Amino acid sequence: MMKLDINGAIHEVEADPSTPLLYVLRNDLEMNGAKFGCGLGQCGACTVMVDGKAVFSCLVPIMLVEGRKVKTVEGLGTIDDPAPMQIAFIEEQAAQCGYCIPGMMMRAQALLESRPDASDAEIRTALEPNLCRCGTHMRILRAVQRARELMKTAAAPAANGGKA
Amino acid sequence: MNASNFPAFSRRGFLFGSGALVVSFSIVPHVLAQEGEVQGATPAPAEPDLPGSLGDTPSLDAWIRIEADGGITVFTGKAELGQGTKTSLRQIAAEELEVEPAAINLITADTALTPNEGYTAGSQTIQNSGTAIRYAAAQVRQILLGQASERLGVPAEQLRAEGGRVLGPGGASLGYGELVAENLLHVNADPATVLKAPDTYRVIGKPFARVDIPAKVTGGEAYVQDMRLPDMVHARVVRPPSYTASLAELDEQSIEAMPGVLAVVRDGDFLAVVAEQEFQAVQAMRALAAAARWEERAALPDQQQLASFYESSATEVGSVSSVGGEAISGAKTIEAQFMRPYQMHGSIGPSAAVAMLEDDRMTIWTHTQGVYPDRGAIAQMLAMPAENVRCIHVEGSGCYGHNGADDAAADAALIARALPGRPVRVQWMREQEHLWEPYGPGMMMRTRATLDAGGKIVDWHYDLWSNTHSTRPGSAGSLIAGRLMGRHFPQDSATLRISPLGNGDRNAIPLYEIPNQRINWHFIPDMPVRVSALRGLGAYANVYSIESFMDELALEAGADPVEFRLRHMTDPRARKVMEVTADEFGWSSDPMPERRGRGFAFAKYKNHAAYLAIAIEMEVDADTGLLRVSHVVSAVDCGEAVAPDSIINQTEGGILQSLSWTLYEAVHFNDTRVTSSDWSAYPILRFSAVPDSIDVHVVDNPGTPYLGVAEAAQGPTAGALANAFRNATGKRIYDLPYTRERVRATLGV
Repeated sequence: MMKLDINGAIHEVEADPSTPLLYVLRNDLEMNGAKFGCGLGQCGACTVMVDGKAVFSCLVPIMLVEGRKVKTVEGLGTIDDPAPMQIAFIEEQAAQCGYCIPGMMMRAQALLESRPDASDAEIRTALEPNLCRCGTHMRILRAVQRARELMKTAAAPAANGGKA
Repeated sequence: MNASNFPAFSRRGFLFGSGALVVSFSIVPHVLAQEGEVQGATPAPAEPDLPGSLGDTPSLDAWIRIEADGGITVFTGKAELGQGTKTSLRQIAAEELEVEPAAINLITADTALTPNEGYTAGSQTIQNSGTAIRYAAAQVRQILLGQASERLGVPAEQLRAEGGRVLGPGGASLGYGELVAENLLHVNADPATVLKAPDTYRVIGKPFARVDIPAKVTGGEAYVQDMRLPDMVHARVVRPPSYTASLAELDEQSIEAMPGVLAVVRDGDFLAVVAEQEFQAVQAMRALAAAARWEERAALPDQQQLASFYESSATEVGSVSSVGGEAISGAKTIEAQFMRPYQMHGSIGPSAAVAMLEDDRMTIWTHTQGVYPDRGAIAQMLAMPAENVRCIHVEGSGCYGHNGADDAAADAALIARALPGRPVRVQWMREQEHLWEPYGPGMMMRTRATLDAGGKIVDWHYDLWSNTHSTRPGSAGSLIAGRLMGRHFPQDSATLRISPLGNGDRNAIPLYEIPNQRINWHFIPDMPVRVSALRGLGAYANVYSIESFMDELALEAGADPVEFRLRHMTDPRARKVMEVTADEFGWSSDPMPERRGRGFAFAKYKNHAAYLAIAIEMEVDADTGLLRVSHVVSAVDCGEAVAPDSIINQTEGGILQSLSWTLYEAVHFNDTRVTSSDWSAYPILRFSAVPDSIDVHVVDNPGTPYLGVAEAAQGPTAGALANAFRNATGKRIYDLPYTRERVRATLGV
């Protein structure tokens, strides 16, 4: 039995300690956000945040995340109350098939939480580990730039409530 | 785009098509052949004069049902592949039915519920299904107005449909649900149906937020990979190390004893393991792979000698076009040879499926592009009647053509047969997708053309060597599981077939005005490397070759490349996209700074779908061989633009994907095995190589037929990149891809 802090809630999971975090998120905890892409840390579809840093959840066994804070796309906001990063991707219509998008969002979230004023070039560099095959890159970059602005104003309620 | 541009649809519960809605309707029971994509003869449509897919499925209630409570359900045989068609098809129906798109429940490809529209392929969803739904919806509205007219005793001209009701003089109002009697819509489509005029559109051409994006960015169930059915178990397959390997020895007992393992499924050379937990299945798969000994043989061609392999393997020559005289003389003749390697679909999410056998009925949830053909092949593989097999489309990762989807569905079905009553979820591993998906075929193109003294092309010879570009189901032998299992269904044999829309010969005929031309497909029937449809089929390499060669001819003629193309083009829509692209790009023939270049290209996809022109500016670092595309401008005309932002999204995506193919991509193999087993062995575009800007301009033509757009950018992008490199360096690269090694070798670094 291991205790995992996922999106601020403690979950007790029965899985073998060597199980990659991705499988526990998707199966034991029935969360869809992190995706299996390669299992090799080459594509970033599985990206989540651990203690504020973007990691490949397909590579990290759960025994290494006990006592750490894991954040997934589900922890940003909900479909009814989306977070700035999610609002930005909806507003920019930044998806085609969308399979890579939650991984993109979590890597961008990790960047902007640590560097709220990250430049456009830094955003591009930060996203380098993540692959998109549909060719949605231009929109993903625009969405992260928009999220950067939305996150700055998130504390001060905007006239429209910051919602899409 | 900002939020105010995208009024969102109301959210709907995610529907796995689990059978909550049961309706009966008439479907014409024949499998559609897809233009140029399916082997064999094309059955004639039931009603050839009807527009779009109505020709195959003419009954209105196969497309649109209205319940007594006014609920509207629209059915399409096409699948959402990430193009946004779950949204744009709702827009089309909503326009003619005079309701909001959010009022429409849309059911996509499901063999128990929807029309058979063959494959979701060839950029034809809006063209075929959209057109059918448009006409059906318009006719349904007219039927409802007629019913209301009778009911109210008021001429139909005095009635109007609005918001799901028919409104008349003096406040008269009847809901659609009140007007539909049983079988009211069980009538055939009328080809004389009048559509709404473009100046009355409320929905078509207007920006609507895609219905699927909110769930996809918040962790909602969106993909077949996300399905969790009660009592579901997890399976993994173990593939042979090479296409023709056979299983020589296996000790499965130790694997059966592993934690959570429920079964090892072995059928001939087909191997799979089933476990309670997914990671248990992965671990058991690894153990099973280690426990298996395969006998392999060297059956692949020499990758360094593909040109001679293609030439010696071609068994017949098909004439794609033969116009005008032979052996025309002119002022100058040039020739060239181009090569395209085998290239991958490379879906980010490996193929997956869920299947369940219950009471002799097999249900399969799959991201296939063709639920009906896939059902036929799987039914044959399982020796089950097709009516006992149901294939339900659920979205997967983007496919860009025939990837592993059908095969994963077959794997799931074959494994589920061993565990009746339990839903079986199969997901491929990365190396299985990379090694076993059918690749876009390698091709060779040879061109020879003659210019007259005035700088016009007077003679054109074009020869291409290629396999078929479709091995889609098909028979059970089109499925990996069908081939590997003990019955060893044989692969469907490929035949040369020249069709107007093309296959390997897609876009082999230049749209330019050339009086004398000979175009031939040297057909290669044997397929030692597994191949099938990859976005654009032959169009990618043919347009790359033609557009590269057009620039060489322009140089010989001393002409600007854009002017040279316009000189040979009379089609006003083609000219328009070229002119818009050149204007927006700021095209000129002025010299560029050293190692910078600009390139231009054009094609009308399939010579009958969207018109697309593109201009690219790039920089070449001769020392590293690194190419960096900085700016891209494109103009596209796909007829009436239903969802302009989706057209831009698809076109941007096509440009970036084609840049990736063109810059980096080639499947590698030795004499026995494919070796491109992951993203390090088969690199694709990453953010550092993404251009600074891509501007896509939609040239809208309201009221004109829909022209498919999703694949239109693949060929022109490669041509423009090639021409920009030529412009920057004075050298041309003929063989794809433009790897750093090839760039350095070409520049003599």
